[in-house]
Amino acid sequence: MKEEANFEETIKNLEQIANELEKDDLNLDESVAKFEQGMKLSKICNDILENAEKRISILIKKDDGVDEENFNVE
Amino acid sequence: MQEDGGSLEDLWPFNEEIVARAIFESKLPIISAVGHETDFTIADFVADLRAPTPSAAAELAVSDVEELKLKLLGYNNRLKLALKKKVELMRLRYEKCMASRAFKDPLQRINEQYIRIDMMVKSLQHNIINKYKDRKNEMITLVSKLDSLSPLKTLTRGYCIAQIDGKAVKSINDVKKDEEVDLRFIDGKKKAKIL
Repeated sequence: MKEEANFEETIKNLEQIANELEKDDLNLDESVAKFEQGMKLSKICNDILENAEKRISILIKKDDGVDEENFNVE
Repeated sequence: MQEDGGSLEDLWPFNEEIVARAIFESKLPIISAVGHETDFTIADFVADLRAPTPSAAAELAVSDVEELKLKLLGYNNRLKLALKKKVELMRLRYEKCMASRAFKDPLQRINEQYIRIDMMVKSLQHNIINKYKDRKNEMITLVSKLDSLSPLKTLTRGYCIAQIDGKAVKSINDVKKDEEVDLRFIDGKKKAKIL
């Protein structure tokens, strides 16, 4: 679950950036910098999610496969 | 624990104290299937479960295993579901964040500034043109005033300028008898003689 801890922090930072940009208190340079950072964080989050989703669907498929075999034997 | 018994004597060992204690101390669960339906021994009471016949005992034991298998399947499904749900929630939270105006429409603020600049340029243009128009109207007014005050305008009303050598004659003392003067009309000059 180490990856999950990173996701939690990353998404928290991402949400914070979204709030700041929405509030519109920053000057133009700051806004662009925050936006760029946001895009980076977004990619990290997306990668973590896709990775987790893939692994889970593989695990579940594997697991279902094992179950089916057991039924056949009985 | 079973005894395919016939007589009551065959069942007696199962009433022994030592057997009862052994059953009690046993770490393994014990199903007692000693004797017949209606014959009870002490072993029956100490055991974890009593079955009326050996076959019934077998059924009970097997049943437990089946129940466990079902339980395991249940846990398995719960694990799968919990994990799927967890990831779905994470995914939802991420999508919600990315739906923010800040990321969906990052150029919005910049476009707003463009519009603001456009409006200011238009306003500047509008103002400068108005200023120019005002000044022009002022000038037209002044010019027409000037025009009406012009000595040449006076000439159109029937006056003429008496000039000697290009200079205007302002007084009768400036002319002598028989002197020639230039009379300047609006449409030209004519010579005249003082009488």
